[in-house]
Amino acid sequence: MAGLQGALETSAPVSRLHEQQSYNPADFPVPTGREEEWRFTPLRRLRGLHGADPLPEGHVTVDVEAGPEVKAEKAGRGDPRVGASYVPADRVSARAYASFTEATVISVPAEAVTSAPTIIRVRGHGTEGASFGHTVVDVGPMARATLVLDHQGSATYADNVELLVGDGASLDVISLQDWNDDAVHLSHHHARLGQDARISHTVVSFGGDVVRIVPTVSYAGRGGDAELNGLYFADAGQHLEHRLFVNHTVPDCRSRVLYKGALKGDGAHTVWIGDVLIGAEAIGTDTYEYNRNLVLSDGARADSVPNLEILTGEVRGAGHASANGRLEDTHLFYLMARGIPYEEARRLVIQGFFGELLDKIRVPDLRERVAAAVEAELG
Amino acid sequence: MATLEIRDLHVSVEEAAGTQREILRGVDLDINAGETHAIMGPNGSGKSTLAYAIAGHPKYHVTRGSVTLDGENVLAMSVDARARAGLFLAMQYPIEVPGVSVSNFLRTAVTAVRGEAPKLRDFMKNLRAAMADLSIDPAFAERNLNEGFSGGEKKRHEVLQLELLNPTIAVLDETDSGLDIDALKVVSEGINRFRADPSHGVLLITHYPRLLRYVPPDYVHVFVAGRIVRQGGPELADELERDGYEKFITAEAAA
Repeated sequence: MAGLQGALETSAPVSRLHEQQSYNPADFPVPTGREEEWRFTPLRRLRGLHGADPLPEGHVTVDVEAGPEVKAEKAGRGDPRVGASYVPADRVSARAYASFTEATVISVPAEAVTSAPTIIRVRGHGTEGASFGHTVVDVGPMARATLVLDHQGSATYADNVELLVGDGASLDVISLQDWNDDAVHLSHHHARLGQDARISHTVVSFGGDVVRIVPTVSYAGRGGDAELNGLYFADAGQHLEHRLFVNHTVPDCRSRVLYKGALKGDGAHTVWIGDVLIGAEAIGTDTYEYNRNLVLSDGARADSVPNLEILTGEVRGAGHASANGRLEDTHLFYLMARGIPYEEARRLVIQGFFGELLDKIRVPDLRERVAAAVEAELG
Repeated sequence: MATLEIRDLHVSVEEAAGTQREILRGVDLDINAGETHAIMGPNGSGKSTLAYAIAGHPKYHVTRGSVTLDGENVLAMSVDARARAGLFLAMQYPIEVPGVSVSNFLRTAVTAVRGEAPKLRDFMKNLRAAMADLSIDPAFAERNLNEGFSGGEKKRHEVLQLELLNPTIAVLDETDSGLDIDALKVVSEGINRFRADPSHGVLLITHYPRLLRYVPPDYVHVFVAGRIVRQGGPELADELERDGYEKFITAEAAA
């Protein structure tokens, strides 16, 4: 079918794809577009973020509305909490790490149960130059917290987000890419889960010219549970890319990946890469990943590449599913046969497609905002 | 009084490689308000094709003939316009629509068919009553449309829609299939409530005469190889139960 791409196998096993890590951008060659991790990304539209030339300072501001039980600080580059859990895994991430001037550090005390979400508002005030950010979220043992990363405006922005979830702690993260159409945003989110820790990480990408989010998960103790969710809607000309890597190195941990996207318009492009590695020592791992894309018009392209590498014979469960397709005629027929006009039937089916992801957003205001954004995209 | 008039209806279905296969080969049938008709025939005779063609399923192409409802050209209407004009098809295999709740779907459909949104309170009251009549668990309203429903649940849900949408002419395609005897009684009662209104007409499509013992028809039509080969009263159903379709199939093959 024109405009559709099936699952494409990558050239190297997952274990080889994520080997290189460094804080120094020079350790990563400038990408050419032939590298596995860059082959889908339109490098020419990155405004030099991936290159070697210096870039003038951009226009991004970061404001924090901290929950009452939460401590929010600005920290300098030398702060020991910065970079403690994450080593950059590609050139843009390393450049962001080498270039930011001030980090945002959010601390949730042990056993604190936060009464309101902590909201980090990242605002772009222009696409000229480039801005770099760094965020550390440290959730103490047995604490519970919710973090919202809300990106709006026009920007050329690269950043790293470190999510440390202590033993028995629970963190909900919702990262909303609600940029203007001219924004370029490349971001790494790394979650490190302690023993019996849990994270629900939800990425919502609507706006931006190029958005590339790389959520990764590592486990520091048994019983870790990572839920990685994503909802995206690409319009004409937009490139929305989500590359996940769950690294199971510890026994008895769980991961669930659920990403769904819709595409509409000429040149709309989405990329979903789901890398899961189950190491030889990670017996009892339970993992499943799912990606589905709804292609709503000609000229749009969805790439979906699940990659599961299993190095032990003793897993509890390991699977993946990936499908791209159009709206089902049978769904529309059933609704229309009950008198519901085509446009409304289509709306119901698409809202239904995203419904299970909206349910993952447990901040009511935000869920309504995302539902309204889906609605607006359909208009 | 409403009349659905089918004249010389020829319908083809698109098969692989773009070829068309003719399934209906000239169907003539009038269904008036106040009447219950049964179409009976062997599997593969085209009964469901007739139902889908009346509803406007995109897979079926009318190549000749006409369908009118009170003189209005049904074939020129979109699928949703047919439903709003008063036609209803209870499907043999209701379609699962992920993420769309039964209550949201029903309220949207009732709003579309009536042309205005019912008051939420009235709607919920009617829905609960209609569900109770069909022994449907109230928790059903929050489930996704037909998703994970058993065969019997799907059929009850089709009849629930029939009662809530209140069409003029209802086509019920194998609504009895896959039902145990208790479910069959509940579903039949629903159909009988609908047809008790003299402004309503019913076309039952069935392979087995079992349903007709609970919903006695006024007219029975034997359907073989894409057309009606014999028409009669309710006694024809008894004859089919006794003798089967064999003699009709043989006669049609010889013709």
